[in-house]
Amino acid sequence: MRFFADQLILGLTDGAIFALIALGYTMVYGIIELINFAHGDIFTVGGFIGLTLISILGLQHAPPALLIPGVILVFLVAMSLNGLLGVAIERVAYRPLRNAPRLAPLITAVGISFILEGILFLLKGPNQISYPNLLPGGSLNLGFASIGVGNVFIILIALGLMIALNQFIQRTRVGRAMRATAQDRDAARLMGVNINRTIAITFFIGSALAAAGGIIYGFDYQTIDFSLGFRNGLVAFTAAVFGGIGNVVGAALGGFIIGIIIDFVGGYFQGGQQWSDVVVFSILILVLVFRPTGLLGMRVPEK
Amino acid sequence: MKRKLPGFGAVGRAQNIPYVLLGIALLLFPILDSNRSQVDVAAFAGVWVLLALGLNIVVGYAGLLDLGYAAFFAIGSYAFAILASGQFNIHISFWLLLFASAFIAAIFGVLLGAPTLRLRGDYLAIVTLGFGEIVPRVFRNASVFTGGVNGIVGVDQPKLPAVFGWSGNFGFNPIPYYYLILGVIVLSLFLINNLRNSRLGRAWMAIREDEVAAAATGINTVTTKLLAFALGASFSGFAGTYYASKLFIVSPESFSFQAVSVVVLVMVVLGGMGSMRGVIVGALLIYFIQSYVLIQLPGWIVSATSALNIDFLTKLDIGSYVQRSNFLIFGIILAGIMLLRPQGLLPSAQRKVELEGGTSDEAVADLRGSA
Repeated sequence: MRFFADQLILGLTDGAIFALIALGYTMVYGIIELINFAHGDIFTVGGFIGLTLISILGLQHAPPALLIPGVILVFLVAMSLNGLLGVAIERVAYRPLRNAPRLAPLITAVGISFILEGILFLLKGPNQISYPNLLPGGSLNLGFASIGVGNVFIILIALGLMIALNQFIQRTRVGRAMRATAQDRDAARLMGVNINRTIAITFFIGSALAAAGGIIYGFDYQTIDFSLGFRNGLVAFTAAVFGGIGNVVGAALGGFIIGIIIDFVGGYFQGGQQWSDVVVFSILILVLVFRPTGLLGMRVPEK
Repeated sequence: MKRKLPGFGAVGRAQNIPYVLLGIALLLFPILDSNRSQVDVAAFAGVWVLLALGLNIVVGYAGLLDLGYAAFFAIGSYAFAILASGQFNIHISFWLLLFASAFIAAIFGVLLGAPTLRLRGDYLAIVTLGFGEIVPRVFRNASVFTGGVNGIVGVDQPKLPAVFGWSGNFGFNPIPYYYLILGVIVLSLFLINNLRNSRLGRAWMAIREDEVAAAATGINTVTTKLLAFALGASFSGFAGTYYASKLFIVSPESFSFQAVSVVVLVMVVLGGMGSMRGVIVGALLIYFIQSYVLIQLPGWIVSATSALNIDFLTKLDIGSYVQRSNFLIFGIILAGIMLLRPQGLLPSAQRKVELEGGTSDEAVADLRGSA
């Protein structure tokens, strides 16, 4: 029972990170039907921006009273900067190809992914870099299980961001514009929605959430390296597909489920960690083959 | 019966003189290169040309983005290495396995493609990407069969009957490998050229340009796409067998997305999707950059900076940056080509018209789901 609870908490923590990345994939796919291959690397860049801010502010050695506002500041600044990076990528690389044959933006996205990875590789080198964990330590003893306080914080931060996102999409004017653009771009344009601005906002939010995911990943694993984005991006994309691509709630749900699957495969089977990625990518293929709309997706796939 | 085979009949024409000269130069190359090191490089470069030609069928002709091309390369390599090495002490003939592993790779292509090619195009990209990640991991983890992380060392070399005082053993002599891959590439060129102009080739291009219209004219789009996908996979499997035998070992690390799938995609995109000439040039160019420029450049920079004797330049250690810049170069090529010159360096005339803005209207309608 204790082992089960441990794996569940681990899975929910990993899942929170995957869910934050998956939201970016699903929002971008929902609005312009592009698999943004660069999104995994945007997540890594966000993590590195957070690390840089932490060392500039000297938060590793900050007194507890300053730590909480410091961490909040790191999150806000890193999310904004990463959001702007996402907007810039959309403006430079994807917008000129919006009316090109479908292959063109896909290949460009792979290219952008490699450019981001290449820049990180040049600047940060091939090795893992240690990341300070600024979340409170210790654990809560619940009798049947003990839960790390840090894990609770990670899950709460992620859930908070997801609820905020959902409220934003459902309640605000901009959120309504996003839904309208996703549903029918031409009709939305005729209704006075500024399409370019709406798409840019979508990229901003997706990339900002990825930055939050990157910082949380750093806190959780206490290490970061340039190539993180590829594997984690693909896992998060699996989560987005699993939940139903284009569906925000589905992506969050998919993230948690995939996180739990990974840690249960890794925890319960001997040598399972080697196989957990194989299991996840097999799920990706199987879902796309048998239920391409995912758990919550409604849209019928074309062709 | 006046119809001649394309290519052979054209040898005499004046416009083909450069190609004839190129052919003669390629045949004489091993004789001119006395220390054989360049022949060795060329024998490996041929693998990449073959891979690029195969991926060009999938991406260039049929317009399907295959991001897991390395998987079929790995399957071909491992199929050969398991059936022709000391791993299980099975030693089946190279020549038989060359075609068998191409066939095995094609079967995997069909198994993967049949269910997914019904879906929309960009799902194929992600499914193949996932498959490309699964296959090397399976080979790494299933160590009973594949030697795990260490791979399989001591893969068999091809043998031919002895002729003209040559024993017929390929061994570690690069020259027979060079002629083998040259022959395979020339045969592939004839094969692909004829395919491209056949009913099937025209169907591929019709699908690439407008799938709905192609289906409306009676083309079975799933079967046609599947044939492109399987044929591309078989090229990859074929190349894998040759590569394993030439390299003497197979190991799971050599088949990652970054090491193979993207490199071949960069070759195809750089040269020009759908253009055989372009793809060959792209493959050679990228191979040259990867295996020569990026390795030699740090040394040149070190000697240049020390010759100039500028202190801060020597301290910057540009050399190590250059060596780490291949990801960046690949990314810039992919994004830059698609944004600035989507038809590639040496485009085929047909693809150029299309990518420069021909099909935009239909593509939009198609994207929005109104088609």
